[in-house]
Amino acid sequence: MSELPAGVERREFDGESRLSTRGEPVYGEPTDGAWRAWDARRSKLGAMIELGMATGLAGGETVLYLGAAAGTTVSHVADFAGPTYAVEFAPRPMRDLLDVAASRNRLFPLLKDARSPETYAHIVEPVDVIVQDVATRGQAAVANTNARFLNENGRLLAVIKARSEDVVAAPSDVFERELDTLRESYEILETERLEPFHDSHLGVVARPK
Amino acid sequence: MTDAGSDSGWFTSIPPDDLDAARTAIEHGSTETPADWPANALETAFAESRADYYDTLHEATTHTARAAVEAHERADDQQLIRSVRAMDDCDRTANELAERVQEWAGSLFPDAGTGIDGAREIATRESSDATERRVIELAGRVVELADEADDLREYIRQTAPSVAPNLARLAGSVLAARLIGLAGGLESLAKKPAGTIQVLGAEDALFAHLRGRAPSPKHGVIFTHEYVHGTRAEDRGSAARALAGKLAIAARGDHYRGEFNPEIEAQLEARMATIRARADADGSEDADE
Ligand SMILES: C[S@@+](CC[C@H](N)C(=O)[O-])C[C@H]1O[C@@H](n2cnc3c(N)ncnc32)[C@H](O)[C@@H]1O
Repeated sequence: MSELPAGVERREFDGESRLSTRGEPVYGEPTDGAWRAWDARRSKLGAMIELGMATGLAGGETVLYLGAAAGTTVSHVADFAGPTYAVEFAPRPMRDLLDVAASRNRLFPLLKDARSPETYAHIVEPVDVIVQDVATRGQAAVANTNARFLNENGRLLAVIKARSEDVVAAPSDVFERELDTLRESYEILETERLEPFHDSHLGVVARPK
Repeated sequence: MTDAGSDSGWFTSIPPDDLDAARTAIEHGSTETPADWPANALETAFAESRADYYDTLHEATTHTARAAVEAHERADDQQLIRSVRAMDDCDRTANELAERVQEWAGSLFPDAGTGIDGAREIATRESSDATERRVIELAGRVVELADEADDLREYIRQTAPSVAPNLARLAGSVLAARLIGLAGGLESLAKKPAGTIQVLGAEDALFAHLRGRAPSPKHGVIFTHEYVHGTRAEDRGSAARALAGKLAIAARGDHYRGEFNPEIEAQLEARMATIRARADADGSEDADE
């Protein structure tokens, strides 16, 4: 088991030990004082940490988050990390993400397409961590084109959803293919299937080549 | 660098407190590679400290995203238009096919009912041969189409109030969607005078009138509103005019401000009460003609 980042703690919620961070609640998660549970079933990064993957997260780092959606996961990230740039290209979830950002003054919402990093490179600084959960075809390619944002010793924490690439192929084949593409820009450090929290998703930790 | 924008941060040529300039820069700027923008902002005196820079960035990014989200929601009128058209297509096709089913089923099952309800009942039957199976399957398709129309209607009921709160309140969601569709969008509906809104959907009758071949139409699609079709014939013109007037105000409020204003409805109710009081004054037997 790797250590939890500063700002993330295991605490008891309704008699169950769960990950938690400190911040305004976002999605109806249980709270305990200033702490709120981080639901690994609703958050793939939460599942990666819950499964003990070596994310390298220590707390306080600068983060680029790709595929922020309504902010379920990025809200927890902003709770324990430093400046957090949240890219999401769909206006509907962005509306909710704005509520999440209202109480988090180091969370910067960007309505941008993660496939076109040149449209936000004038805003996003080089970061320590890229978290990626875009769940659309071409996931590895998105990570590759965003590698330019990662500091030399930075980490990519990516989730690959098999069904987003190919609904009929065996997930393991899809993962192999995507990992091959990822190797163009990254060295893969660790991979792990996210069951039982998320079916047919692969968690990936990588560093820039 | 020849192109000033190509190698610089979003803040390079804007004053620190100009949110709209920041929005333009955030939305339209671009550069290939990131840089240490916070440090750069300090060097160029855009910000006094990193904390100051991040505060400004937070304000600028949330302002920009909010403006874009709001612009998108205004554009949702196009989704509403498509869904009301799809609903009409489903309804019409379901009814047409139901007639086919009825005609065919009548030759096989003497007790077959009519319309969508008839198709619903036939769809539940067991077939005893290949012919019956085809009719029953076809009835099943009718039911699916009719259900899809209902789902679309429900979707319109749920979304119209967020696209056009005042219009949806006054006209009902489906009629609001139809009016927006006939105008081609909320913005163009908001720019139409009340007299035009009154006859939207009656274009054929209007052109016949303009060519001198028919009386001027008193109402278009707003006839489906209870305030119009539920008013006795001699007062319908007044009712249609009153309703169209308030619909025009509602459309303008929805497009330009987007906030619900209960006043409009209250005024329309008062006006309708006056118009309908005429019928009561003329005697109650005339009122329900
Ligand atoms: C599975 S959801 C992310 C859930 C989120 N990470 C969480 O755990 O709270 C994937 C999101 O990525 C967004 N997305 C997909 N492709 C994208 C792209 N090219 N650029 C930006 N966002 C994208 C989708 O709109 C969707 O909101």
